[in-house]
Amino acid sequence: MTQKTESAPPLSEWPLWEIFVRSRQGLEHKHCGSLHASDAEHALQMARDVYTRRQEGVSIWVIPSRSITASSPDDKGELFDPANDKVYRHPTFYTIPDEVGHM
Amino acid sequence: MYTSPTMTTPAASAQAGTNIAPIEPPEKMQAFDRVIDADGRIEPQDWMPQAYRKTLVRQISQHAHSEIVGMLPEGNWISRAPSLKRKAILLAKVQDEAGHGLYLYSAAETLGVSRDSMLDALHTGRAKYSSIFNYPTLTWADVGVIGWLVDGAAIMNQTPLCRCSYGPYARAMIRVCKEESFHQRQGYESLLVMMKEGTQAQQDMVQDAVNRWWWKCLAMFGPPDSESPNSEQGMRWGIKRISNDDLRQRFVDATIPQAAVLGVSVPDEDLKWNEERGHYDFGPIDWDEFWATVNGNGPCNKERLATRVQAWRDGQWVRDAAMASAQKKREREQAA
Repeated sequence: MTQKTESAPPLSEWPLWEIFVRSRQGLEHKHCGSLHASDAEHALQMARDVYTRRQEGVSIWVIPSRSITASSPDDKGELFDPANDKVYRHPTFYTIPDEVGHM
Repeated sequence: MYTSPTMTTPAASAQAGTNIAPIEPPEKMQAFDRVIDADGRIEPQDWMPQAYRKTLVRQISQHAHSEIVGMLPEGNWISRAPSLKRKAILLAKVQDEAGHGLYLYSAAETLGVSRDSMLDALHTGRAKYSSIFNYPTLTWADVGVIGWLVDGAAIMNQTPLCRCSYGPYARAMIRVCKEESFHQRQGYESLLVMMKEGTQAQQDMVQDAVNRWWWKCLAMFGPPDSESPNSEQGMRWGIKRISNDDLRQRFVDATIPQAAVLGVSVPDEDLKWNEERGHYDFGPIDWDEFWATVNGNGPCNKERLATRVQAWRDGQWVRDAAMASAQKKREREQAA
């Protein structure tokens, strides 16, 4: 994922796109990197050449990097730590007699 | 392809990288060190010390520049490849190098530096790229030797970078390394064909190319550990995993048996197997020549940079036209 730069990029620079590739039918699209392109169609063509030269994908998504809203690393504790003490959300929290078998 | 681990002069690198901790907030610095000590990964939005960011920007952008400039010596041979098969292979390889440059520029951009500023640094000569590309590719055998030895050295150097502490760089390197194996094998195989089925003249051509590239490839791993002050900090930060001298030794040990299969020798009278160490001993590297090339006085420095700048200028209308077309499309959509 790409962080926005502090200073505005020069006008000559093509906008940045995040690229997601589905490696085969049945799997999700996965982030694989970013690239510069003038528009969405162009980004798709570039993504094909940059990220799927060896049949790494069957489908590509391109998303303008500026459209992505990311959680802040500073909020990591606040966001994710509360889940830490909820051990009852995991199956291993419960003791079941052996004779029940696999559950 | 590849970038030398430290391409700044020893004096310049001695100034960088040391005593950085005192200027950073101690609490954040400690948290950062804890992640590094636990062999964790740093991601773009995480806090990182300025010197870590600066070192990465320099290393990743130099690496990206090396991939892009690295297209030039081989690109010279696309139109002169000896068969359609070799031409297709070389085209695919050079296209890969462009791709590697793009992965790496993207990784560097996550550190907050723009693509244009990196390219500007390259085009104005402020940024370095691997010195290996400042030597000429005189014959077709050079293309094979570049694949075998230069890409071989690159693989040796890049594989540990797949475990680099900076996430985007490590991920880019994983992608690069997957593709690099084809580069080395195609080079070696093209030499094998000349050595096993070729004429005496073709075999001599291969040996001549090996003679010219061997020492340059050993120098690619960078200065000896004793004269590489940046290395220690790089090791501490998990940016560098294996020292220059260790990588160089691994390369020699791996390559000599390959040379024997090929039926070529390397131009080193001091080369011999050291039973006690379990490694090959080899002769001294001409570091004066290496630094002269790093500092701009190699045989092709000016030509490579001029070709690169010309390509950038010639492509300006394409970049402008693409932007204008995208703008027009947007306006049409808004009007509809």
